Amino acid sequence: MSLDFSRNHFDLFGLPMTFAIDAEKLDQAYRGIQAEIHPDKFAHAGEAEQRLSMQWSTRVNEAYQTLRKPFERARYLLELNGVDAMDAKNTSMPADFLMQQMEWREALMDARAGRDMTALQAVENELKTHAGNLQTRLASLLDEQRDYVEAGNVLRKVRFMDKLLAEIDSAYEEIE
Amino acid sequence: MALLQISEPGLSTAPHQHRLAIGIDLGTTNSLVATVRNGVSVVLNDAAGHGLLPSVVRYHADGGTTVGYTAQAQAALDPHNTVTSVKRFMGRGIKDIPDLSTLPYQFIDAPGMVQLKTVAGVKSPVEVSAEILKVLKARAEATLGGDLVGAVITVPAYFDDAQRQATKDAAKLAGLNVLRLLNEPTAAAIAYGLDNAAEGIYAVYDLGGGTFDISILKLTKGVFEVLATNGDSALGGDDFDRRVYCWMLEQAGLHTLSDHDKTLLMARAREAKETLSEHAQAQVTAMLGTGELIDLNLSEQAFNEMTDSLVKKTLAPTRKALRDAGLQTSDVKGVVMVGGSTRIPRIQAAVGEFFGAGGGNCTPLTNLDPDKVVALGAAIQANVLAGNKAGDDWLLLDVVSLSLGLETMGGLTEKIIPRNATIPTARAQEFTTFKDGQTAMSIHVVQGERELVADCRSLARFELRGIPPMVAGAARIRVTFQVDADGLLSVTARELGTGIEAHIAVKPSYGLTDDEVAGMLRDSYAHAQDDMSARNLAEARVDGQRLIEAAEAALAENGALLLDTDELEAIEKRVVDLKLALQGADLSSVKRATEALNKGTVEFAARRMDQGVRKALTGHRLDELEF
Repeated sequence: MSLDFSRNHFDLFGLPMTFAIDAEKLDQAYRGIQAEIHPDKFAHAGEAEQRLSMQWSTRVNEAYQTLRKPFERARYLLELNGVDAMDAKNTSMPADFLMQQMEWREALMDARAGRDMTALQAVENELKTHAGNLQTRLASLLDEQRDYVEAGNVLRKVRFMDKLLAEIDSAYEEIE
Repeated sequence: MALLQISEPGLSTAPHQHRLAIGIDLGTTNSLVATVRNGVSVVLNDAAGHGLLPSVVRYHADGGTTVGYTAQAQAALDPHNTVTSVKRFMGRGIKDIPDLSTLPYQFIDAPGMVQLKTVAGVKSPVEVSAEILKVLKARAEATLGGDLVGAVITVPAYFDDAQRQATKDAAKLAGLNVLRLLNEPTAAAIAYGLDNAAEGIYAVYDLGGGTFDISILKLTKGVFEVLATNGDSALGGDDFDRRVYCWMLEQAGLHTLSDHDKTLLMARAREAKETLSEHAQAQVTAMLGTGELIDLNLSEQAFNEMTDSLVKKTLAPTRKALRDAGLQTSDVKGVVMVGGSTRIPRIQAAVGEFFGAGGGNCTPLTNLDPDKVVALGAAIQANVLAGNKAGDDWLLLDVVSLSLGLETMGGLTEKIIPRNATIPTARAQEFTTFKDGQTAMSIHVVQGERELVADCRSLARFELRGIPPMVAGAARIRVTFQVDADGLLSVTARELGTGIEAHIAVKPSYGLTDDEVAGMLRDSYAHAQDDMSARNLAEARVDGQRLIEAAEAALAENGALLLDTDELEAIEKRVVDLKLALQGADLSSVKRATEALNKGTVEFAARRMDQGVRKALTGHRLDELEF
């Protein structure tokens, strides 16, 4: 069977296995492949082709969504390098980072309770700056230093930040 | 595959090569059918020149039906047996239907989906919808003069799985081959985007008779990519009518009304709303069954005030969709207005204000008829899916609008597929047993955004049995959700821990089983004195013929490149076998030969798919590639 699901996501799109990514090239490769194999191209074909087309298109969507988002891309790269960054057994975080998290969380709760848009935006901006810094560090650890263990530690911090940012989103929804 | 004939631009394809395909907008208030003729998408009119078909079905005592304008005009005469806005009941239980008291029907609380008691017997919303679809199918066949290869049926983007499945069942019941269920705003975007060569971020604001959708799309060269969608599947023009209706009752001091008068006043309310789209005042006059005369004057301002909360109700989902897409109002280049309700001046103003707030110059786009744009887009997509290649090729990437998940301990929802995931998509998650020696696991599939299962829509429940007894937490059950290109879900569960596999696929409990659909089909043919077996043979022949065409085109395109001589001959033999079977009149041999060709082309199909991926990456022509 030539349907090759074992190829990794980077290979699938003809991209190098790095965290830094040519987003335009990824988009182009994604659309190029979907244009060939999407179920809409096989709506009139036989059953076998319809089924394969759905499997392929599903696979390509999954690969694209993984590579498109920095967090998922980093996690996937680590996985390819044998590091399970989100292992449930590995939950230790530096105390100063946890303190910082608690402060942000309090600020978020205050803004939410007071329905204070300006305060909410201030927390959001601060979080985004911090998340951006973490991402820069992640890129350096993954692509230059190849320190996958430390990259895993940073990625766990990124996840904390993403969760907070998601809570900010729902706070906006609540206030509006 | 994309083995589609290409014609010279401007030249129409010869009639025998053109596969007849239609797009159907199955609307709450009105339905339409459109097709692509000579490269142009057109709405097909009835003999009287009407494009719209009111989605109204009247059942008669002899089992016959009247559909459309006549049924609508007679609605007040026979309110119990004249079903309007049936789309609101699709895939819905009795508890889901608001304003039951204003509706003149006798509902039956059936498991899965509500049913209606009529003079012609108990009817499910699927059957009522199928009556509307049958009329449109007949209209298309009469106009186009041939058998249809298939249809694209549109559904609100915010329809959940149960509502989608019900729509697909209705189409099957009407004898239509469903090429695709297409989201209404996406259909509108196709019609608009291709017509205007649009590029950039667009919003589609679709307020129909009973549903509201907002979709945010990115249009780039030949790609329509839905970034996010949101909406309310129980908000539409009907709600504006009801506000006017309640105002009328209040003004006239009416309390209890006969079903005849309810239906009459609802119709007057709709007329008043429509008048206010053109004029500043509307006069409402009605003679009730009691002899009482209603004569009221409704100003646009009063109308705007009584419907203000409804307009605002559309803006919250709009905000959410933009946030999900990670965009601001100023990023949006244009807002395509779809659905008859967007003719209401206050709505156009509110949408303009909302999207203009970011400083962008974003006026609502109304240059395509908001009643027709969905059907026109559906027809364009149907034409391509049927294998009639349009001049330009494009790609449509749509999303699932509501998150899909499972019930976990404590009545909480675990999301498996998040909303706005591009379809087709699949996700798997592993679960484990709760008790020692547990050999079965109950799986409850739900759809919605809320944390608690009780607040989401329950789609299906099934049990995975035969788990080998182990200590709690040792079994590994992988549950996989697959959403296909129609936005329909299937779920499978497997026990991985010991290598023993149990496997089950489910269809949502709101949908009808294939047997039920077959049963309804039999009933309807029995009534029409049609011959079921002749019908089955005809359908099997169409399937077989289609498969031959697909296989021959695939062989011609790259059979020599991808297959060795033996493989090529094996497939060719099965093609010949099927052709022979098609000359006979034996249903089982046609089916057998079709199945054999299907199976015989699996490996070839896989290689072609691989080839497609490689071609996309290298940009090389097929004959330049080594295999």
